Amino acid sequence: MALKVLVGCKRVIDYAVKIRIKPDKLGVVTEGVKHSMNPFDEIAVEEAMRMKEAKLVNEIIVVSCGPAQAMETIRTALAMGADRGIHVEIPLDQMDTFQPIHVSKVLAKLAEQEKVDIVMLGKLAIDDDSNQTAQMTASLLNWPQGVFASKIDKTDAGLEIIREVDGGLETIRTTLPAVLSADLRLNEPRYATLPNIMKAKKKKVVKMKPADLGVDMAPRIQVVSVEDPPVREAGQTVSDVDDLVAKLKDKGFSSA
Amino acid sequence: MRGLPQLLSRAKRVRVGFSASEPVLAIQAGILQPDKFTQKFVQIRGLKSSKVRSQAPLTAVDNTDSGKQLKQELEAIVGPGNVSSGESVVLQHGQDEGPHQGKSPDIVVFPSSTEEVSEICKICTKHNIPIIPYGTGTGLEGGISAVDGGVCVNVSKNMNKILQIHQEDFSAVVQPGISREMLNQEVRADGLWFPVDPGADASVCGMCATGASGTNAVRYGTMKENCLNLEVVLADGRIIHTAGIGSRPKKSSAGYNLTSLFLGSEGTLGIITSATVCLHAIPESVAAAVVGFPTVQNAVDTVVMTLQCSVPMARMELLDEVQMKACNEYSGLSYPETPHLFLEFHGSESEVESQTETVRDIAADNDGGEFQWAVQQEDRTKLWTARHRAYYADIALRPGCRSLTTDVCVPVSALPDLVTATKADIAEHGLVGPMVGHVGDGNFHTMLLFDPADPEEFRKCKEVANKMARSAIALGGTCTGEHGVGQGKMVLLEEQFGKDGIDVMRQIKGALDPQQLMNPGKVFSRN
Repeated sequence: MALKVLVGCKRVIDYAVKIRIKPDKLGVVTEGVKHSMNPFDEIAVEEAMRMKEAKLVNEIIVVSCGPAQAMETIRTALAMGADRGIHVEIPLDQMDTFQPIHVSKVLAKLAEQEKVDIVMLGKLAIDDDSNQTAQMTASLLNWPQGVFASKIDKTDAGLEIIREVDGGLETIRTTLPAVLSADLRLNEPRYATLPNIMKAKKKKVVKMKPADLGVDMAPRIQVVSVEDPPVREAGQTVSDVDDLVAKLKDKGFSSA
Repeated sequence: MRGLPQLLSRAKRVRVGFSASEPVLAIQAGILQPDKFTQKFVQIRGLKSSKVRSQAPLTAVDNTDSGKQLKQELEAIVGPGNVSSGESVVLQHGQDEGPHQGKSPDIVVFPSSTEEVSEICKICTKHNIPIIPYGTGTGLEGGISAVDGGVCVNVSKNMNKILQIHQEDFSAVVQPGISREMLNQEVRADGLWFPVDPGADASVCGMCATGASGTNAVRYGTMKENCLNLEVVLADGRIIHTAGIGSRPKKSSAGYNLTSLFLGSEGTLGIITSATVCLHAIPESVAAAVVGFPTVQNAVDTVVMTLQCSVPMARMELLDEVQMKACNEYSGLSYPETPHLFLEFHGSESEVESQTETVRDIAADNDGGEFQWAVQQEDRTKLWTARHRAYYADIALRPGCRSLTTDVCVPVSALPDLVTATKADIAEHGLVGPMVGHVGDGNFHTMLLFDPADPEEFRKCKEVANKMARSAIALGGTCTGEHGVGQGKMVLLEEQFGKDGIDVMRQIKGALDPQQLMNPGKVFSRN
């Protein structure tokens, strides 16, 4: 009865970092910049851990697609309690064209190979804000999807999920297997403790390439340009009410 | 807008007079024209640099030659964008989060390096101008108030890097712009944390300056136990390292303990430009518990017995019934309105379980009520949010009021009597004073609420606070457990140490700051 979960984790620029645009205006500076696990993925790992502690799940496999540094993200997830990891290696120079469609294909393939019951992802990554991977993965697998999950419960027939939608909260029921994506209020993730960090070093991580999974890496989207938001203009101090009224008239805001 | 209430209330108090600060305030309130004032000022005081510092601060900086010269000299060090004499800027830099009216400095500078801080101090020493270090402005005792005007050195704005993190050595080196929450965010991924947590998200270096402490002190210590080394700039510009250059061993017998000297010196001996602090391992397992008691005595007895059983408690916080009511109303909770203990246990899973059992039994022996406890992160956060929002919950009890927060610390055995006597005193004076205590250290705070427009009420609060501090001293405690002396407790400090004790402090100050420029008017008086 105990389920197997595949959790996807992405290594992103840390949320607290001030983003700078590259001189070629095709992306942002990532060199030497602090990276960490996508916060929504932390929530996904935490949810898988809670299911494991509730004995609903007996194995958590964490997967991350990226360059060599993606291993740090996998180790963090292992330190939070995941059992083993899969590192899908993407060379650094291909990261710019590695897009959600490719991730979905990788995850779908792995979900089938590992025979998992749940694919658990973060609802979106804070660098591209795409919010596509969970949905596309479900579609490729032809599995039901419970995205923007703020509560997940096991039922006899499968899962009951409360989703955060614009109008409020929506409750759905799905069968298993299913693809889920974690929203902010699903849980508060635990911190990795030193003993668990040490244990994580001994856990198995398997490396592979997208080609090994039969995934074609050709990009579908081309980034045309990346630009800073417009610089805020200086305000104008007015000396008195008459001046204010005159300026408003000049700018066409007042007809009086 | 921060500072506006102060500005307006000052405007009401203006009268044309010769004392140093009021004309400054009048200018700031836009009531006196700088020209008339400057003439009068130059005539009476004479703005000249001399070894004997005139009582007058440098005023109307942009309108006097010496003021402009000073600004230029400072701009040459830090760059023109990093010097300001703007009204709102100086106002903000003279007022902390306490109830005391702060005085604005004349100029604020924003250095970007220790060397720049050193050059600034040299300039101020040359012109005999007071120097006030500024971190996050979250102090409660008026420590940043520029009583004689001068130059406020804001070391947090541009000096905001974590310089080093040593995971295996459990230490980090930070600049003044790094707050405790920022440091925690940074080291979290390595399984480490920085445990000193005063209410505000204060600058770590600022916490060294005030000798800060928080809810975890009972197990992890205060700033004093968690600081290995300080880089300090003295009034004359010399840069020293209190434990040795680049030193960060866990212990040392080398030379005088200068780290201890500067820790808690509240900016009166030098400016802290970096701090080497201790980190700790994030506990494997954490449990939080809340239990109510019929009386404060019951709660405190539970604490004393728990400590006597050597339970390694991570947090023991006492909230009295007034505080519980405030928390209920503010955060929409439904605790019974009786004194409560908020507890936290750290350790391995089995350790936490057995500690919780022990304390549950002790609490029951002392007529404790329902023992609620939680292990999940968000449930624990919920329990602790009520405690961390205590201050704002108190302010919400009487909207528009402010709080005089007391801060005495006594040996734990003396706590029950002091708390009971204090509550009686508060009731006698007709005040509202919710109580929150780091009861494991024998340290507690009362938030004495007062209407800022009612000086009589403030006076009563002061009376209660002073009486409490004197009782604490008489019981073998201290007039300030963690907030520092600032301006408000200078008299109490003298009572606690006696004349000879204070004279030694004066001698040390005289040796390190002969011109008396470093944060004047704080901790103890000149003579």
